[in-house]
Amino acid sequence: MISDLNFIQRILYILERYGMSYLKGAGTTLVIALVSTLIGCLIGFIVGIIQTIPVDKKRDSVIKRFFLRLIQILFRIYIEVFRGTPMIVQAVFIYYGMAQLLNVQLGMWTSAFLVVSINTGAYMAESVRGGIISVDIGQTEGAKAIGMTHFQTMCYVILPQAFRNIMPQIGNNLIINIKDTSVLSIIAIVDLFFVHKSVAGALYTYFESATIVMAIYLTMTVTASRLLRLWEKKLDGSDTYEMADSMDIGNQMR
Amino acid sequence: MEKENVILEVSHLGKNFGTHQVLKDIDFKVQTGDVISIIGASGSGKSTMLRCINLMEEPSGGSIRYHGTDITDSKVDVPAYRAKVGMVFQNFNLFENMTVLKNCMIGQQKVAKVSRDEAGKKALFYLKKVGMEQYINARPKQLSGGQKQRVAIARALAMEPEILLFDEPTSALDPQMVGEVLNVMHALAKEGMTMLVVTHEMAFARDVSTEVLYMSDGVILEQGAPEEIFGNPKKTETKEFLSRFRNC
Repeated sequence: MISDLNFIQRILYILERYGMSYLKGAGTTLVIALVSTLIGCLIGFIVGIIQTIPVDKKRDSVIKRFFLRLIQILFRIYIEVFRGTPMIVQAVFIYYGMAQLLNVQLGMWTSAFLVVSINTGAYMAESVRGGIISVDIGQTEGAKAIGMTHFQTMCYVILPQAFRNIMPQIGNNLIINIKDTSVLSIIAIVDLFFVHKSVAGALYTYFESATIVMAIYLTMTVTASRLLRLWEKKLDGSDTYEMADSMDIGNQMR
Repeated sequence: MEKENVILEVSHLGKNFGTHQVLKDIDFKVQTGDVISIIGASGSGKSTMLRCINLMEEPSGGSIRYHGTDITDSKVDVPAYRAKVGMVFQNFNLFENMTVLKNCMIGQQKVAKVSRDEAGKKALFYLKKVGMEQYINARPKQLSGGQKQRVAIARALAMEPEILLFDEPTSALDPQMVGEVLNVMHALAKEGMTMLVVTHEMAFARDVSTEVLYMSDGVILEQGAPEEIFGNPKKTETKEFLSRFRNC
């Protein structure tokens, strides 16, 4: 009987019987977290970029200004709503609400990706906006002075620098998502936390199973943060540079 | 009779920041080959005036005619106009995310739609001119102030502007680096580049410019050839301002 075993033995016993289930659960967690962070970043960039489009009262047409304002207000509402409510409630609201109100039966997978993505998007939108306005105004002026439009200035000068500045935020969001997908078990997504609940419930081994799950979550988050750090380093490039000799310059000339 | 040569004609230019009137009724002309130095105390409106010319600041009144077209008109394509009017800033404003070479290529490629090869050649040509061709692979943060400013000048030149605006180009530099930048500017002036220079370098204004504007309190108080302004200023205020620089 499992109650005759000591703590370590019990963990080994659980792993032997349910190891694959934990791994599958962890895989589900990782997929939802990665994909949703990616989509969330995309949403965040689009919203953040549109939020920072300047309005030129003199040169922009009334229609353009009206629609820009309207979209900016809608985005503002989106950010406030999804930042200001718990993801667990959003999951229930969307999964059940869509079915009852709009008669659209979203699959639980679609709901899961949707909830985590738009949640991440709301946070990222603010990070992106912050990243954009934190780039020195001189960079914008330098770009405008050589004739760049707002769009070109953003693409080539501001966003690459803003992106580097918000890299830690992206990492933060990924780590938060790896952990917070656990709330999706409320809509019956079989993620790592769902597996834990099933195993612990079946064997009455809450502490042992929680230990295993803690270790798996930690492994995933630490790996993610290390990998992102490496990527950041790569983006920063080398600290040194090569002096070009006449050969290089000649090659460039050709 | 010299009407064809007039590139810029500023008339009745005014600028307010809220209720504060920074520029009042500014009038002057820039002709091809002019090197105009704008001098005056801090807060006299020199930089604001220069920034109005390429619409970094929106003028509150008056007109700025570029080959006859008023660029303050709301229908003017501002980016296209700015591509013709280069600007060099006090704080360099080089693109931190690009190498020196790329800094000098990006405008040509994206704004002037020049091919990559062509842009590279031209960038190198102007980097050589300012003596920075060895640093093509460096990033701005790896350069000294004087080096950055020389690259910034090359970046502006690579767009082949008709006129170049300098906004206190040596004010953020250590004294020993001022010379290298002024030398580049001197060489440009000699080649016939049309330049508008806001500066505190009186020696440059006196020896290099073709015309000097003395600004005070948002107006051009006195203007004329450098020999006149420096040798025989008419207004007491100009005299007093210049006396503070006598020993340079």
